[in-house]
Amino acid sequence: MKTQKSTVLAILTGLIFLVLLCMPRSSALAAEPYKIGCIFSVTGPASFLGDPEKKSAIMLADQINKKGGINGHPIELVIYDTEGDPTKAVLNINKLIFHDKVLAVIGPSRTPTTLAVIPIAQRAQIPLISCAAGIKITQPVKKWIFKTAQTDALAVAKIYSYIKEQNIKKIAIITVANAFGESGKEQLIKQAPKFGIEVVAQESFGPKDTDMTPQLTKIRATPAQAVVCWGTNPGPAVVAKNMKQLDMKIPLFQSHGVASPKFIELAGDAANGIILPTGKILVAKDIPDSDPQKSVLLKYIKDYESRYKTNVSGFGGYAYDGLNLLAIALEKAGADKAKIRDELEKIKGYKGVSGVFNFSPSEHNGLTMDAFVLVKIVNGKWQIIK
Amino acid sequence: MDLAAQTLQFLFSGITNGAIYGLIALGFTIIYNATEVINFAQGELVMLGGMIMIALSKGTNLPLPAGFVISVSIVSIVGASFERFTIRPLKNPTQIGIIIITIGVSILLKGVAMFIWGKETLSSRPFSHSPPIHVGSATLDPQSLWILGITFGILLLLQLFYQKTITGKAMRACAFNKRAAGLVGIPTQKMILLSFVLSAAMGAAAGVAITPITMCSYDMGTILGLKGFCAVVLGGLGSTIGSVVGGFILGIVESLGAGLISSSLRDAIAFVLLLGMLFVRPQGIFGIKEVKKI
Repeated sequence: MKTQKSTVLAILTGLIFLVLLCMPRSSALAAEPYKIGCIFSVTGPASFLGDPEKKSAIMLADQINKKGGINGHPIELVIYDTEGDPTKAVLNINKLIFHDKVLAVIGPSRTPTTLAVIPIAQRAQIPLISCAAGIKITQPVKKWIFKTAQTDALAVAKIYSYIKEQNIKKIAIITVANAFGESGKEQLIKQAPKFGIEVVAQESFGPKDTDMTPQLTKIRATPAQAVVCWGTNPGPAVVAKNMKQLDMKIPLFQSHGVASPKFIELAGDAANGIILPTGKILVAKDIPDSDPQKSVLLKYIKDYESRYKTNVSGFGGYAYDGLNLLAIALEKAGADKAKIRDELEKIKGYKGVSGVFNFSPSEHNGLTMDAFVLVKIVNGKWQIIK
Repeated sequence: MDLAAQTLQFLFSGITNGAIYGLIALGFTIIYNATEVINFAQGELVMLGGMIMIALSKGTNLPLPAGFVISVSIVSIVGASFERFTIRPLKNPTQIGIIIITIGVSILLKGVAMFIWGKETLSSRPFSHSPPIHVGSATLDPQSLWILGITFGILLLLQLFYQKTITGKAMRACAFNKRAAGLVGIPTQKMILLSFVLSAAMGAAAGVAITPITMCSYDMGTILGLKGFCAVVLGGLGSTIGSVVGGFILGIVESLGAGLISSSLRDAIAFVLLLGMLFVRPQGIFGIKEVKKI
């Protein structure tokens, strides 16, 4: 009796499994799905990047699939979490390439994780679209590597072109002592002569420092006509507060690293008058209608906020653009990695969330400094000035 | 601006930071004076004070003194439960055992704070809305005066407590020799509990006072605790005046070093000072050389 029962059970479960296995297969048999791998830092210290990236990618894939996919092929995302750790990123990309056999990879979210997976993607000859900002990812150009996030170099150029217009010749820089600040410092010093600007003081601060008055006092004693601060919260807010405290009247420029409402909250009144570059998403409603990105931005914000019931962040767009670019390439190339890469490189004038992309064999980021707008904080609100 | 005026500004900045370090150092001293151990969760108690104050003032129009009192009371309760549930149940309380427990508690408090308030930095409003005070060409933040006032107020009260009251004297006896103190009728366990409550209250007061300047995040306690510990060692373990003086020395040296030498060496200067002190005069400036009879 007992054995009979279990045999029946086993057969039943087997049947259920068979049905479950067959169901999606039979409906997808018409066209094999395009498998795309995603590696984002969904959890861990950089979750503020990876989480909106993951959400944006899933949202876009659903939208594409609802419209019937790409040439009839639905998109299938395989998403792994790096936790912001380069070692995990390497494990993830190997899994994507050799186990999941994806056609292309979007991510990772951070510069260190991206730099770790580049050699693997190059060796496996698979197109990779990184969501990280570091300039080293696409300079020098690597055959299989693209990226969608704006680089520091563009932000520096944006600030410097404005400083030059204001006829400011001497500036002081104060940067945070971590990878973001160091990279910014490098660009600030490298690009200064090109704009006829002299850096008369270089100061730095620790990521957790709470008092920058000594550094600013030193800057006050120099002939600097403006201060450029490069860091992520909370340091730059302290710099802003300390400058008010020291009664320094020269203009303060900040990096895109603090382009979030959080900065205004932290710096309070001291935030007023600060000028900084930001991606257009922060001020999407205020950019002129003639801006090519306006409709893309508004659609993305509306879709994201209605689906996830949370405010859009400036970072999910990197993955959104990445998947959109990939969809364009897939449409022309089909399931062939080398052809996808070639088509990616040919994309011109694609209007994305982070800017207008123009790829070429010598340019795999494809953005110019027009991807940024300069905003001034007036009464705790962003105001576009350029 | 000439060097003299710059140096004045560095001094002001150093004095502000020094008062912050001194205030935290006092918290270390109280527990040390009752138990002869260093409470490595002191920085987290400071963070809790600041966080609770911010949480209280957010959205409500709670007057500042009320917020101050509520925040200090809540953290005092945390301090009491800290002693009652983690230190007292120890069967054989060794110094090293207790120190490791305090490290554990610091990690726990940090985790809880991260869970409640998230990883973002929060800011709070200054006590008084007045413009910076000008002294010559240097400026001073009014909040610094509040911090200085609170530090000296607490220092004065503590001195009176330890020198003039029976409870204060009993507390010191407890640290000196717990068993002998017990034999002459001092309720040693109560004294230790009291020391944790006092030190937590002081940490909370420090947290409330400094967050308008330093801002507050769940992990701010670690570095504050380290700097406070540095001040204690400089001034001499167990000396209330010593910890405040140590705080000021540390703050001023740091700020002068950052201003006159290099801002990237700021933390290094502090810890070189600490190491130097440990080599040259391990008992600190105000510490008394330990004499042990065998």
